[in-house]
Amino acid sequence: MMKKSKQNFKGLFAASFAGVLFGIGLLISGMTNPAKVIGFLDVFGLWDPSLAFVMAGAISVGLVAFAIAKRSKTSLTGETINLPENKVIDTRLVLGSLIFGIGWGLVGICPGPSLVLLGQGNLNGFTFVSALILGFVIYEIIEINIQKY
Amino acid sequence: MSINWESFTPITGLQGGVVIGIAVTTLLLVNGRIAGISGIFGGLFNFQMQDRAWRIAFLFGLVVSPLIYGFFGELPQSAIDNNRYLLILAGLLVGIGTRFAGGCTSGHGVCGLSRLSLRSLVATCLFIFSGMATVYVTHHMLGR
Repeated sequence: MMKKSKQNFKGLFAASFAGVLFGIGLLISGMTNPAKVIGFLDVFGLWDPSLAFVMAGAISVGLVAFAIAKRSKTSLTGETINLPENKVIDTRLVLGSLIFGIGWGLVGICPGPSLVLLGQGNLNGFTFVSALILGFVIYEIIEINIQKY
Repeated sequence: MSINWESFTPITGLQGGVVIGIAVTTLLLVNGRIAGISGIFGGLFNFQMQDRAWRIAFLFGLVVSPLIYGFFGELPQSAIDNNRYLLILAGLLVGIGTRFAGGCTSGHGVCGLSRLSLRSLVATCLFIFSGMATVYVTHHMLGR
């Protein structure tokens, strides 16, 4: 009982530490600035390729992490490592990605940076996150209705 | 295509990217979880979801990260669109789209590509393509 709760605490500490690091990485990279993200998407105007370098930096570390994860059975806190098994490229994936891209292109904000902007007390970030949550809820409602039929 | 050399920041981009990679590694190897923000956040609104604690812990860290960053340096400036209706429309599209796609820039773009998933490669190409098309329409056709 004691051991389990100690493990839980370690897990929660690690998760919040990962969240802080993730946000600091976004801030260092400049990706919390929507204008910079729009600059990356603006290939027909003055293009700012920085976002590609952020992805490259993150993926170079991620490749090692996932290579280790694929070989290990459990995580450091003894949890099973949850690697996605879905390999299907279907309408959901295609349409969902296209819809996400439109929203992303409209204002230059995606879910990670939106929460950092919220933490900075940015009012526009708050508006975006509120709508984002509403979008998540609408998705759940659509899912429940799809399953009915 | 012309490059905006004034705003191009490859070094801080790579540095920030590496820090994001370390965050992904921490959540993966300690918690056994994928650092996909839309899935972690959106999953909270699925009422059948059982494991909420680690999600809330991670999101809490993300939200307080600017406060911690602020101890060590000045927070970077950010220029966001001021149009409330556009922000709401964008938020809705991002929320619905990422959940149907099963991931966003972090889940598909960083984690998916890191584990060499073809599904994530397709998703990433599609949302970057539609993001670029949207910016083309709004900035070069509608002249925002």
